[in-house]
Amino acid sequence: MKYAIWIGLALLLILHQDFWFWNDGSLLMGFLPVGMAYQIGISIAAAVLWWLATRYCWPDVDIHDRADVVEEGRL
Amino acid sequence: MIALGIIGGYLALLLALGLFSSRLFRGTREDYMLASHSIGPYLLLMSLFGTTMTAFALVGSTGEAFRQGIGVYGMLASSSGIVHSLCFFLIGIKLWTLGRKYGYTTQIEFFRDRLGNRNIGLLLFPIIVGLVIPYLLIGVLASGSVINGVTRGAFPEVFAETGGGVPPWLASLVICCVVLIYVFFGGMRGTAWANTFQTSVFMILGIVTFVVIANGIGGQGSLLANMQSATAKVADLHPDKLTQEGISQFKFATYLLIPLSVGMFPHVFQHWLTARSAESFKLPVVAHPLFIMIVWAPCILVGVWATSATLDGVLIVPPNTPPNQELATIVKALAGDVLGGLLTAGILAAIMSSLDSQFLCIGSIFTNDIVLHHWGKERFSEKQMVLMARLFVVAVVAVTYCLSLFEPRSVFAMGIWCFSGYTGLFPLAFACLYWRRLTVAGAYASVIAMAASWIWFFTQSQFGMNRGYSVDVQLFGQELHMMPVLPITVIATVCLIAVSLVTSPPDEAHVRRFFSDAQS
Repeated sequence: MKYAIWIGLALLLILHQDFWFWNDGSLLMGFLPVGMAYQIGISIAAAVLWWLATRYCWPDVDIHDRADVVEEGRL
Repeated sequence: MIALGIIGGYLALLLALGLFSSRLFRGTREDYMLASHSIGPYLLLMSLFGTTMTAFALVGSTGEAFRQGIGVYGMLASSSGIVHSLCFFLIGIKLWTLGRKYGYTTQIEFFRDRLGNRNIGLLLFPIIVGLVIPYLLIGVLASGSVINGVTRGAFPEVFAETGGGVPPWLASLVICCVVLIYVFFGGMRGTAWANTFQTSVFMILGIVTFVVIANGIGGQGSLLANMQSATAKVADLHPDKLTQEGISQFKFATYLLIPLSVGMFPHVFQHWLTARSAESFKLPVVAHPLFIMIVWAPCILVGVWATSATLDGVLIVPPNTPPNQELATIVKALAGDVLGGLLTAGILAAIMSSLDSQFLCIGSIFTNDIVLHHWGKERFSEKQMVLMARLFVVAVVAVTYCLSLFEPRSVFAMGIWCFSGYTGLFPLAFACLYWRRLTVAGAYASVIAMAASWIWFFTQSQFGMNRGYSVDVQLFGQELHMMPVLPITVIATVCLIAVSLVTSPPDEAHVRRFFSDAQS
Protein backbone atom coordinates (compact mmCIF):
# COMPACT_ATOMS: atom_id res chain seq x y z
CA MET A 1 0.00 0.00 0.00
CA LYS A 2 2.90 2.32 0.80
CA TYR A 3 4.11 2.08 -2.79
CA ALA A 4 0.61 2.68 -4.12
CA ILE A 5 0.43 5.92 -2.11
CA TRP A 6 3.77 7.18 -3.41
CA ILE A 7 2.83 6.23 -6.98
CA GLY A 8 -0.47 8.05 -6.44
CA LEU A 9 1.42 11.12 -5.29
CA ALA A 10 3.65 11.08 -8.38
CA LEU A 11 0.58 10.66 -10.58
CA LEU A 12 -1.18 13.56 -8.87
CA LEU A 13 1.83 15.82 -9.42
CA ILE A 14 1.85 14.90 -13.12
CA LEU A 15 -1.92 15.31 -13.48
CA HIS A 16 -1.66 18.71 -11.81
CA GLN A 17 -0.03 19.97 -15.00
CA ASP A 18 -3.47 19.79 -16.75
CA PHE A 19 -2.87 18.47 -20.26
CA TRP A 20 -6.52 18.60 -21.27
CA PHE A 21 -8.22 21.87 -20.33
CA TRP A 22 -5.44 24.45 -20.69
CA ASN A 23 -7.22 26.52 -23.36
CA ASP A 24 -10.72 25.20 -22.80
CA GLY A 25 -13.08 28.01 -21.85
CA SER A 26 -16.20 25.86 -21.39
CA LEU A 27 -18.13 26.18 -18.15
CA LEU A 28 -19.46 23.65 -15.65
CA MET A 29 -22.91 24.48 -14.27
CA GLY A 30 -22.70 27.63 -16.31
CA PHE A 31 -20.29 29.44 -14.00
CA LEU A 32 -17.19 27.36 -13.20
CA PRO A 33 -14.44 27.32 -15.87
CA VAL A 34 -13.56 23.70 -16.61
CA GLY A 35 -9.81 24.34 -16.11
CA MET A 36 -10.50 25.54 -12.59
CA ALA A 37 -12.94 22.70 -11.88
CA TYR A 38 -10.17 20.29 -12.88
CA GLN A 39 -7.76 21.87 -10.39
CA ILE A 40 -10.44 21.78 -7.66
CA GLY A 41 -10.67 18.05 -8.43
CA ILE A 42 -6.90 17.82 -7.86
CA SER A 43 -7.34 19.47 -4.43
CA ILE A 44 -10.00 16.92 -3.47
CA ALA A 45 -7.89 14.04 -4.80
CA ALA A 46 -4.97 15.34 -2.69
CA ALA A 47 -7.11 15.21 0.46
CA VAL A 48 -8.14 11.61 -0.36
CA LEU A 49 -4.55 10.60 -1.05
CA TRP A 50 -3.35 12.09 2.26
CA TRP A 51 -6.18 10.40 4.11
CA LEU A 52 -4.98 7.08 2.67
CA ALA A 53 -1.41 7.99 3.65
CA THR A 54 -2.44 8.61 7.26
CA ARG A 55 -4.16 5.22 7.28
CA TYR A 56 -1.56 3.09 5.55
CA CYS A 57 1.79 4.94 5.67
CA TRP A 58 1.73 6.55 9.07
CA PRO A 59 5.24 6.50 10.59
CA ASP A 60 5.80 4.57 13.77
CA VAL A 61 6.36 7.27 16.39
CA ASP A 62 6.23 6.31 20.04
CA ILE A 63 7.39 9.48 21.77
CA HIS A 64 4.73 10.89 24.08
CA ASP A 65 6.32 12.31 27.16
CA ARG A 66 9.17 14.70 26.67
CA ALA A 67 10.44 14.23 30.22
CA ASP A 68 11.39 10.68 29.26
CA VAL A 69 13.08 11.45 26.03
CA VAL A 70 15.09 14.66 26.11
CA GLU A 71 18.72 13.71 25.74
CA GLU A 72 21.68 15.69 26.86
CA GLY A 73 24.81 16.52 24.92
CA ARG A 74 23.39 18.41 21.97
CA LEU A 75 25.07 21.53 20.65
CA MET B 1 -17.49 55.03 9.66
CA ILE B 2 -19.62 52.00 10.66
CA ALA B 3 -17.12 49.72 8.88
CA LEU B 4 -14.27 51.26 10.84
CA GLY B 5 -16.20 50.76 14.09
CA ILE B 6 -16.68 47.06 13.32
CA ILE B 7 -12.99 46.67 12.47
CA GLY B 8 -12.10 48.42 15.75
CA GLY B 9 -14.45 46.11 17.66
CA TYR B 10 -12.85 43.06 16.09
CA LEU B 11 -9.36 44.24 17.00
CA ALA B 12 -10.52 44.83 20.60
CA LEU B 13 -11.91 41.28 20.70
CA LEU B 14 -8.54 39.91 19.60
CA LEU B 15 -6.75 41.86 22.30
CA ALA B 16 -9.15 40.44 24.87
CA LEU B 17 -8.40 36.91 23.63
CA GLY B 18 -4.66 37.54 23.94
CA LEU B 19 -5.06 38.89 27.45
CA PHE B 20 -7.26 35.95 28.47
CA SER B 21 -4.77 33.38 27.17
CA SER B 22 -2.01 35.20 29.06
CA ARG B 23 -3.73 34.12 32.28
CA LEU B 24 -2.80 30.57 31.36
CA PHE B 25 0.82 31.54 30.65
CA ARG B 26 3.14 29.47 32.84
CA GLY B 27 5.89 32.10 32.83
CA THR B 28 8.52 29.90 31.18
CA ARG B 29 10.31 30.36 27.89
CA GLU B 30 9.06 26.98 26.67
CA ASP B 31 5.45 27.84 27.39
CA TYR B 32 5.83 31.24 25.70
CA MET B 33 7.43 29.76 22.57
CA LEU B 34 5.88 26.29 22.29
CA ALA B 35 2.75 26.35 24.49
CA SER B 36 4.35 23.50 26.47
CA HIS B 37 3.67 21.06 23.58
CA SER B 38 -0.03 21.02 24.43
CA ILE B 39 -1.67 21.63 21.04
CA GLY B 40 -4.09 18.93 19.82
CA PRO B 41 -5.23 18.07 16.25
CA TYR B 42 -7.91 20.73 15.81
CA LEU B 43 -5.86 23.64 17.15
CA LEU B 44 -2.85 22.39 15.17
CA LEU B 45 -4.88 22.30 11.95
CA MET B 46 -6.30 25.77 12.49
CA SER B 47 -3.03 27.35 13.58
CA LEU B 48 -1.01 25.73 10.76
CA PHE B 49 -3.61 26.67 8.19
CA GLY B 50 -4.05 30.19 9.56
CA THR B 51 -0.29 30.63 9.54
CA THR B 52 0.23 29.46 5.96
CA MET B 53 -2.78 31.36 4.57
CA THR B 54 -1.60 34.93 4.58
CA ALA B 55 -2.60 38.13 2.88
CA PHE B 56 -1.05 36.35 -0.09
CA ALA B 57 -3.96 33.88 -0.12
CA LEU B 58 -6.79 36.42 0.00
CA VAL B 59 -5.58 39.80 -1.18
CA GLY B 60 -2.74 38.50 -3.37
CA SER B 61 -4.67 35.67 -5.04
CA THR B 62 -7.64 37.90 -5.86
CA GLY B 63 -5.33 40.54 -7.34
CA GLU B 64 -3.36 38.02 -9.35
CA ALA B 65 -6.51 36.31 -10.68
CA PHE B 66 -7.68 39.79 -11.70
CA ARG B 67 -4.56 40.00 -13.88
CA GLN B 68 -3.90 36.40 -14.94
CA GLY B 69 -7.23 34.59 -14.65
CA ILE B 70 -8.11 31.15 -13.28
CA GLY B 71 -4.61 29.72 -13.84
CA VAL B 72 -3.60 31.19 -10.48
CA TYR B 73 -5.58 28.44 -8.70
CA GLY B 74 -3.51 25.67 -10.29
CA MET B 75 -0.27 27.60 -9.85
CA LEU B 76 -0.54 27.83 -6.11
CA ALA B 77 -3.72 26.45 -4.54
CA SER B 78 -3.98 22.88 -5.81
CA SER B 79 -0.20 22.53 -5.84
CA SER B 80 -0.05 23.71 -2.21
CA GLY B 81 -2.73 21.20 -1.30
CA ILE B 82 -0.46 18.41 -2.47
CA VAL B 83 2.92 19.78 -1.41
CA HIS B 84 2.09 21.39 1.98
CA SER B 85 0.66 18.13 3.28
CA LEU B 86 3.66 16.32 1.84
CA CYS B 87 5.91 18.62 3.88
CA PHE B 88 3.84 18.06 7.05
CA PHE B 89 4.09 14.33 6.42
CA LEU B 90 7.74 13.99 5.40
CA ILE B 91 9.35 16.85 7.31
CA GLY B 92 6.92 17.91 10.05
CA ILE B 93 6.42 14.58 11.82
CA LYS B 94 10.13 13.73 11.71
CA LEU B 95 11.12 17.14 13.03
CA TRP B 96 8.49 16.95 15.74
CA THR B 97 9.91 13.58 16.82
CA LEU B 98 13.46 14.90 16.93
CA GLY B 99 12.26 18.10 18.59
CA ARG B 100 10.61 16.16 21.40
CA LYS B 101 13.58 13.84 21.71
CA TYR B 102 16.23 16.53 21.91
CA GLY B 103 14.15 19.48 23.16
CA TYR B 104 14.47 21.89 20.26
CA THR B 105 12.63 25.19 20.27
CA THR B 106 13.72 26.58 16.92
CA GLN B 107 14.73 25.41 13.48
CA ILE B 108 18.32 26.64 13.88
CA GLU B 109 18.74 24.56 17.05
CA PHE B 110 17.90 21.49 14.99
CA PHE B 111 20.33 22.33 12.18
CA ARG B 112 23.09 23.13 14.65
CA ASP B 113 22.64 19.82 16.42
CA ARG B 114 22.15 17.72 13.29
CA LEU B 115 25.23 19.14 11.58
CA GLY B 116 27.29 19.19 14.76
CA ASN B 117 28.32 22.75 14.02
CA ARG B 118 27.93 25.63 16.47
CA ASN B 119 28.12 28.39 13.87
CA ILE B 120 25.63 27.30 11.19
CA GLY B 121 23.11 29.51 13.00
CA LEU B 122 25.20 32.59 12.32
CA LEU B 123 24.80 31.92 8.59
CA LEU B 124 21.15 30.84 8.71
CA PHE B 125 19.91 33.52 11.11
CA PRO B 126 20.31 36.57 8.82
CA ILE B 127 18.93 34.60 5.85
CA ILE B 128 15.88 33.30 7.70
CA VAL B 129 15.12 36.70 9.25
CA GLY B 130 15.89 38.45 5.95
CA LEU B 131 13.33 36.24 4.19
CA VAL B 132 10.76 36.69 6.96
CA ILE B 133 10.84 40.46 6.46
CA PRO B 134 9.26 40.39 2.96
CA TYR B 135 6.78 37.86 4.34
CA LEU B 136 5.86 40.27 7.16
CA LEU B 137 5.78 43.07 4.63
CA ILE B 138 3.07 41.22 2.70
CA GLY B 139 0.79 41.35 5.74
CA VAL B 140 1.66 44.91 6.73
CA LEU B 141 1.14 46.26 3.20
CA ALA B 142 -2.07 44.33 2.64
CA SER B 143 -3.65 45.40 5.94
CA GLY B 144 -2.97 49.06 5.12
CA SER B 145 -4.37 48.70 1.59
CA VAL B 146 -7.50 46.84 2.69
CA ILE B 147 -8.45 49.24 5.50
CA ASN B 148 -7.76 52.21 3.24
CA GLY B 149 -9.87 50.64 0.48
CA VAL B 150 -12.98 50.00 2.60
CA THR B 151 -12.90 53.31 4.48
CA ARG B 152 -12.48 55.50 1.37
CA GLY B 153 -14.85 58.42 1.48
CA ALA B 154 -15.57 58.07 5.21
CA PHE B 155 -13.29 60.95 6.28
CA PRO B 156 -13.18 63.32 3.28
CA GLU B 157 -11.68 66.22 5.22
CA VAL B 158 -9.33 64.53 7.68
CA PHE B 159 -7.78 62.15 5.17
CA ALA B 160 -8.30 64.05 1.92
CA GLU B 161 -4.99 62.86 0.44
CA THR B 162 -5.96 59.18 0.66
CA GLY B 163 -9.41 59.49 -0.86
CA GLY B 164 -11.06 60.09 2.52
CA GLY B 165 -9.95 56.66 3.76
CA VAL B 166 -7.71 55.81 6.70
CA PRO B 167 -4.16 56.19 5.29
CA PRO B 168 -2.37 52.87 4.74
CA TRP B 169 0.52 53.93 7.02
CA LEU B 170 -1.86 54.49 9.94
CA ALA B 171 -3.89 51.33 9.33
CA SER B 172 -0.72 49.20 9.08
CA LEU B 173 0.63 50.75 12.28
CA VAL B 174 -2.54 49.90 14.22
CA ILE B 175 -2.54 46.30 12.93
CA CYS B 176 1.15 45.84 13.87
CA CYS B 177 0.47 47.16 17.38
CA VAL B 178 -2.57 44.92 17.93
CA VAL B 179 -0.71 41.78 16.81
CA LEU B 180 2.35 42.72 18.88
CA ILE B 181 0.22 43.17 21.99
CA TYR B 182 -1.58 39.84 21.81
CA VAL B 183 1.60 37.98 20.89
CA PHE B 184 3.40 39.60 23.83
CA PHE B 185 0.70 38.72 26.32
CA GLY B 186 -0.34 35.35 24.99
CA GLY B 187 2.88 33.90 23.52
CA MET B 188 2.44 30.71 21.49
CA ARG B 189 -0.72 29.69 23.35
CA GLY B 190 -2.34 33.06 22.62
CA THR B 191 -1.14 32.82 19.03
CA ALA B 192 -2.61 29.33 18.56
CA TRP B 193 -5.94 30.41 20.07
CA ALA B 194 -6.03 33.66 18.11
CA ASN B 195 -5.14 31.76 14.93
CA THR B 196 -7.94 29.26 15.49
CA PHE B 197 -10.41 32.04 16.12
CA GLN B 198 -9.19 34.11 13.17
CA THR B 199 -9.03 31.15 10.79
CA SER B 200 -12.66 30.36 11.59
CA VAL B 201 -13.55 34.03 11.10
CA PHE B 202 -11.86 34.38 7.73
CA MET B 203 -13.19 31.09 6.38
CA ILE B 204 -16.79 31.87 7.35
CA LEU B 205 -16.62 35.51 6.29
CA GLY B 206 -14.78 34.52 3.13
CA ILE B 207 -17.76 32.43 2.06
CA VAL B 208 -20.13 35.26 3.02
CA THR B 209 -17.99 37.68 0.97
CA PHE B 210 -18.18 35.37 -2.00
CA VAL B 211 -21.98 35.13 -1.83
CA VAL B 212 -22.40 38.89 -1.34
CA ILE B 213 -20.10 39.71 -4.26
CA ALA B 214 -21.71 37.11 -6.55
CA ASN B 215 -25.18 38.46 -5.73
CA GLY B 216 -23.98 42.04 -6.16
CA ILE B 217 -22.50 41.39 -9.59
CA GLY B 218 -25.22 39.10 -10.90
CA GLY B 219 -28.36 40.91 -9.80
CA GLN B 220 -30.47 37.76 -10.43
CA GLY B 221 -32.82 35.78 -8.21
CA SER B 222 -30.61 32.93 -7.00
CA LEU B 223 -26.95 32.47 -6.10
CA LEU B 224 -26.40 30.04 -8.99
CA ALA B 225 -27.97 32.49 -11.47
CA ASN B 226 -25.80 35.27 -10.06
CA MET B 227 -22.62 33.24 -10.42
CA GLN B 228 -23.60 32.32 -13.96
CA SER B 229 -24.28 35.96 -14.77
CA ALA B 230 -20.94 37.09 -13.26
CA THR B 231 -19.02 34.50 -15.29
CA ALA B 232 -21.00 35.33 -18.45
CA LYS B 233 -19.81 38.94 -18.22
CA VAL B 234 -16.20 37.70 -18.09
CA ALA B 235 -16.84 35.38 -21.04
CA ASP B 236 -18.02 38.42 -23.02
CA LEU B 237 -15.27 40.87 -22.07
CA HIS B 238 -12.23 38.81 -21.03
CA PRO B 239 -12.66 35.18 -22.15
CA ASP B 240 -8.91 34.61 -21.77
CA LYS B 241 -9.33 34.96 -17.98
CA LEU B 242 -11.46 31.78 -17.95
CA THR B 243 -8.64 29.68 -19.37
CA GLN B 244 -4.91 29.35 -18.72
CA GLU B 245 -4.12 30.93 -22.04
CA GLY B 246 -1.07 33.16 -21.91
CA ILE B 247 0.53 31.24 -19.02
CA SER B 248 3.64 29.35 -20.02
CA GLN B 249 3.12 25.63 -19.33
CA PHE B 250 6.70 25.16 -18.20
CA LYS B 251 6.51 28.18 -15.91
CA PHE B 252 3.27 26.73 -14.47
CA ALA B 253 5.12 23.47 -13.74
CA THR B 254 7.93 25.31 -11.97
CA TYR B 255 5.36 26.87 -9.62
CA LEU B 256 5.07 23.40 -8.06
CA LEU B 257 8.32 24.07 -6.23
CA ILE B 258 7.01 27.20 -4.48
CA PRO B 259 4.91 25.39 -1.81
CA LEU B 260 8.00 23.39 -0.72
CA SER B 261 8.88 26.60 1.12
CA VAL B 262 6.53 25.49 3.90
CA GLY B 263 9.09 22.85 4.84
CA MET B 264 11.53 25.62 5.76
CA PHE B 265 9.24 28.32 7.19
CA PRO B 266 10.62 28.92 10.68
CA HIS B 267 7.16 29.77 12.06
CA VAL B 268 5.66 26.55 10.69
CA PHE B 269 8.53 24.59 12.26
CA GLN B 270 7.67 26.16 15.61
CA HIS B 271 3.98 25.30 15.19
CA TRP B 272 4.94 21.69 14.43
CA LEU B 273 6.78 21.54 17.74
CA THR B 274 3.69 22.66 19.66
CA ALA B 275 1.89 19.40 18.77
CA ARG B 276 0.87 17.22 21.69
CA SER B 277 1.64 14.01 19.78
CA ALA B 278 2.46 12.77 16.28
CA GLU B 279 -1.20 11.76 15.95
CA SER B 280 -2.07 15.46 16.08
CA PHE B 281 -0.62 15.81 12.58
CA LYS B 282 -3.18 13.50 10.94
CA LEU B 283 -6.00 16.04 10.77
CA PRO B 284 -3.83 18.87 9.31
CA VAL B 285 -2.31 16.49 6.71
CA VAL B 286 -5.75 15.45 5.42
CA ALA B 287 -7.76 18.66 5.82
CA HIS B 288 -5.16 21.16 4.61
CA PRO B 289 -5.82 20.66 0.84
CA LEU B 290 -9.56 21.04 1.40
CA PHE B 291 -9.16 24.16 3.52
CA ILE B 292 -6.94 25.71 0.84
CA MET B 293 -9.62 24.96 -1.72
CA ILE B 294 -12.35 26.53 0.44
CA VAL B 295 -10.35 29.77 0.75
CA TRP B 296 -8.70 30.03 -2.67
CA ALA B 297 -11.49 28.98 -5.05
CA PRO B 298 -13.85 31.87 -4.07
CA CYS B 299 -10.94 34.37 -4.10
CA ILE B 300 -9.90 33.33 -7.61
CA LEU B 301 -13.47 33.52 -8.92
CA VAL B 302 -13.96 36.95 -7.34
CA GLY B 303 -10.68 38.16 -8.90
CA VAL B 304 -11.77 36.90 -12.33
CA TRP B 305 -15.28 38.33 -11.99
CA ALA B 306 -13.78 41.68 -10.94
CA THR B 307 -12.26 42.08 -14.42
CA SER B 308 -15.71 42.55 -15.95
CA ALA B 309 -18.10 43.39 -13.10
CA THR B 310 -19.95 46.68 -13.49
CA LEU B 311 -22.17 48.82 -11.30
CA ASP B 312 -24.43 51.27 -13.10
CA GLY B 313 -22.47 50.59 -16.28
CA VAL B 314 -19.10 51.46 -14.74
CA LEU B 315 -16.34 48.90 -14.04
CA ILE B 316 -16.19 48.31 -10.28
CA VAL B 317 -12.48 47.54 -10.31
CA PRO B 318 -10.79 49.59 -13.05
CA PRO B 319 -7.76 48.00 -14.75
CA ASN B 320 -5.45 50.61 -13.21
CA THR B 321 -6.47 49.78 -9.61
CA PRO B 322 -3.38 49.93 -7.36
CA PRO B 323 -1.92 46.54 -6.41
CA ASN B 324 -3.52 44.81 -3.38
CA GLN B 325 -6.70 46.94 -3.52
CA GLU B 326 -8.83 44.82 -5.88
CA LEU B 327 -10.60 42.84 -3.14
CA ALA B 328 -11.18 45.86 -0.88
CA THR B 329 -12.55 47.87 -3.81
CA ILE B 330 -15.12 45.25 -4.80
CA VAL B 331 -16.12 44.61 -1.17
CA LYS B 332 -16.67 48.32 -0.61
CA ALA B 333 -18.72 48.66 -3.79
CA LEU B 334 -20.99 45.65 -3.27
CA ALA B 335 -21.35 45.17 0.50
CA GLY B 336 -23.11 47.62 2.80
CA ASP B 337 -21.26 49.36 5.63
CA VAL B 338 -21.99 46.70 8.25
CA LEU B 339 -21.22 43.76 6.01
CA GLY B 340 -18.21 45.60 4.54
CA GLY B 341 -16.82 46.05 8.06
CA LEU B 342 -17.34 42.37 8.88
CA LEU B 343 -15.79 41.23 5.61
CA THR B 344 -12.80 43.47 6.17
CA ALA B 345 -12.43 42.00 9.66
CA GLY B 346 -12.30 38.59 7.95
CA ILE B 347 -9.54 39.70 5.59
CA LEU B 348 -7.59 41.21 8.48
CA ALA B 349 -8.04 37.97 10.41
CA ALA B 350 -6.22 36.09 7.67
CA ILE B 351 -3.43 38.66 7.62
CA MET B 352 -2.98 38.78 11.38
CA SER B 353 -3.11 35.01 11.84
CA SER B 354 0.18 34.85 9.94
CA LEU B 355 1.82 37.96 11.32
CA ASP B 356 1.48 36.72 14.90
CA SER B 357 3.30 33.42 14.29
CA GLN B 358 6.04 35.17 12.36
CA PHE B 359 6.53 37.76 15.12
CA LEU B 360 6.74 35.08 17.78
CA CYS B 361 9.06 32.90 15.74
CA ILE B 362 11.70 35.50 14.96
CA GLY B 363 11.77 36.48 18.63
CA SER B 364 12.33 32.84 19.56
CA ILE B 365 15.14 32.41 17.02
CA PHE B 366 16.93 35.54 18.20
CA THR B 367 16.72 34.57 21.88
CA ASN B 368 17.64 30.91 21.45
CA ASP B 369 20.08 30.93 18.61
CA ILE B 370 21.92 34.17 18.99
CA VAL B 371 21.70 35.45 22.57
CA LEU B 372 21.44 32.27 24.64
CA HIS B 373 23.59 30.14 22.39
CA HIS B 374 26.47 32.58 22.15
CA TRP B 375 26.27 34.25 25.58
CA GLY B 376 25.05 31.34 27.70
CA LYS B 377 21.68 30.39 29.23
CA GLU B 378 22.85 30.72 32.80
CA ARG B 379 23.35 34.48 32.47
CA PHE B 380 19.65 35.20 32.00
CA SER B 381 16.45 34.53 33.93
CA GLU B 382 13.32 33.18 32.18
CA LYS B 383 11.76 36.66 32.37
CA GLN B 384 14.80 38.26 30.77
CA MET B 385 14.72 35.72 27.93
CA VAL B 386 11.07 36.47 27.17
CA LEU B 387 11.82 40.21 27.33
CA MET B 388 14.69 39.83 24.86
CA ALA B 389 12.47 37.94 22.42
CA ARG B 390 9.89 40.72 22.65
CA LEU B 391 12.39 43.53 22.13
CA PHE B 392 13.85 41.86 19.05
CA VAL B 393 10.37 41.39 17.59
CA VAL B 394 9.65 45.11 18.11
CA ALA B 395 12.90 45.95 16.27
CA VAL B 396 12.05 43.70 13.30
CA VAL B 397 8.47 44.99 13.12
CA ALA B 398 9.79 48.57 13.17
CA VAL B 399 12.12 47.81 10.23
CA THR B 400 9.31 46.06 8.32
CA TYR B 401 6.93 48.91 9.01
CA CYS B 402 9.45 51.48 7.74
CA LEU B 403 9.95 49.41 4.55
CA SER B 404 6.18 49.33 4.03
CA LEU B 405 6.18 53.13 3.77
CA PHE B 406 8.13 52.98 0.50
CA GLU B 407 6.49 52.41 -2.87
CA PRO B 408 4.07 49.49 -2.44
CA ARG B 409 4.91 46.23 -4.25
CA SER B 410 2.40 43.60 -5.29
CA VAL B 411 1.66 41.24 -2.39
CA PHE B 412 1.67 38.33 -4.80
CA ALA B 413 5.08 39.16 -6.30
CA MET B 414 6.63 39.75 -2.86
CA GLY B 415 5.22 36.47 -1.61
CA ILE B 416 6.66 34.54 -4.54
CA TRP B 417 10.16 35.95 -3.91
CA CYS B 418 9.99 35.16 -0.23
CA PHE B 419 8.73 31.60 -0.82
CA SER B 420 11.39 31.03 -3.51
CA GLY B 421 14.10 31.74 -0.93
CA TYR B 422 12.65 29.29 1.58
CA THR B 423 12.24 26.65 -1.13
CA GLY B 424 15.94 27.11 -1.92
CA LEU B 425 16.66 26.09 1.69
CA PHE B 426 14.40 23.05 1.46
CA PRO B 427 17.15 20.69 0.13
CA LEU B 428 19.04 21.33 3.36
CA ALA B 429 16.05 20.42 5.56
CA PHE B 430 15.35 17.33 3.48
CA ALA B 431 18.99 16.18 3.45
CA CYS B 432 19.30 16.68 7.22
CA LEU B 433 16.44 14.22 7.73
CA TYR B 434 17.02 11.73 4.93
CA TRP B 435 20.68 11.78 3.86
CA ARG B 436 23.31 10.54 6.30
CA ARG B 437 26.17 11.58 4.02
CA LEU B 438 25.36 15.31 4.31
CA THR B 439 28.37 17.22 5.65
CA VAL B 440 28.74 20.60 7.32
CA ALA B 441 30.60 21.93 4.28
CA GLY B 442 27.79 20.71 2.02
CA ALA B 443 25.24 22.51 4.20
CA TYR B 444 27.23 25.77 4.16
CA ALA B 445 27.73 25.53 0.39
CA SER B 446 24.01 24.96 -0.19
CA VAL B 447 22.90 27.89 1.97
CA ILE B 448 25.48 30.28 0.48
CA ALA B 449 24.61 29.19 -3.08
CA MET B 450 20.91 29.68 -2.37
CA ALA B 451 21.46 33.16 -0.95
CA ALA B 452 23.78 34.24 -3.78
CA SER B 453 21.50 32.97 -6.56
CA TRP B 454 18.40 34.44 -4.87
CA ILE B 455 20.06 37.86 -4.63
CA TRP B 456 21.19 37.62 -8.26
CA PHE B 457 17.72 36.83 -9.62
CA PHE B 458 16.02 39.32 -7.29
CA THR B 459 18.35 42.05 -8.57
CA GLN B 460 17.60 41.00 -12.16
CA SER B 461 13.87 41.43 -11.47
CA GLN B 462 14.51 45.05 -10.42
CA PHE B 463 14.02 44.11 -6.77
CA GLY B 464 10.64 42.52 -7.41
CA MET B 465 9.28 45.47 -9.43
CA ASN B 466 9.14 43.37 -12.61
CA ARG B 467 6.06 41.29 -11.74
CA GLY B 468 6.26 38.98 -14.73
CA TYR B 469 9.97 38.19 -14.32
CA SER B 470 11.01 34.71 -15.41
CA VAL B 471 14.27 32.98 -16.20
CA ASP B 472 14.27 32.17 -19.91
CA VAL B 473 16.43 29.48 -21.49
CA GLN B 474 16.68 28.11 -25.01
CA LEU B 475 16.31 24.32 -25.14
CA PHE B 476 16.00 22.31 -28.37
CA GLY B 477 15.16 25.48 -30.26
CA GLN B 478 12.35 26.31 -27.86
CA GLU B 479 12.31 29.12 -25.33
CA LEU B 480 11.40 27.90 -21.85
CA HIS B 481 10.16 30.33 -19.20
CA MET B 482 10.66 29.31 -15.61
CA MET B 483 10.22 30.79 -12.16
CA PRO B 484 13.55 31.69 -10.51
CA VAL B 485 12.74 29.15 -7.80
CA LEU B 486 13.79 26.33 -10.15
CA PRO B 487 17.40 27.46 -10.80
CA ILE B 488 17.76 28.57 -7.15
CA THR B 489 16.70 25.15 -5.86
CA VAL B 490 18.78 23.26 -8.43
CA ILE B 491 21.90 25.30 -7.61
CA ALA B 492 21.38 24.81 -3.85
CA THR B 493 20.84 21.05 -4.31
CA VAL B 494 23.84 20.54 -6.60
CA CYS B 495 26.12 22.42 -4.21
CA LEU B 496 24.79 20.44 -1.24
CA ILE B 497 25.39 17.07 -2.89
CA ALA B 498 28.67 17.86 -4.65
CA VAL B 499 30.37 19.49 -1.66
CA SER B 500 29.13 16.78 0.73
CA LEU B 501 30.53 14.06 -1.52
CA VAL B 502 33.97 15.64 -1.86
CA THR B 503 34.37 16.33 1.87
CA SER B 504 34.95 13.80 4.65
CA PRO B 505 31.83 11.91 5.77
CA PRO B 506 30.31 13.01 9.10
CA ASP B 507 30.87 11.05 12.30
CA GLU B 508 28.59 7.99 12.05
CA ALA B 509 27.87 7.87 15.80
CA HIS B 510 26.64 11.46 15.71
CA VAL B 511 24.54 10.98 12.57
CA ARG B 512 22.89 7.83 13.96
CA ARG B 513 21.13 9.96 16.60
CA PHE B 514 18.94 11.48 13.87
CA PHE B 515 17.86 8.41 11.95
CA SER B 516 15.06 5.96 12.61
CA ASP B 517 17.19 3.29 14.19
CA ALA B 518 17.87 5.72 17.04
CA GLN B 519 14.58 7.57 17.29
CA SER B 520 12.36 5.13 19.11
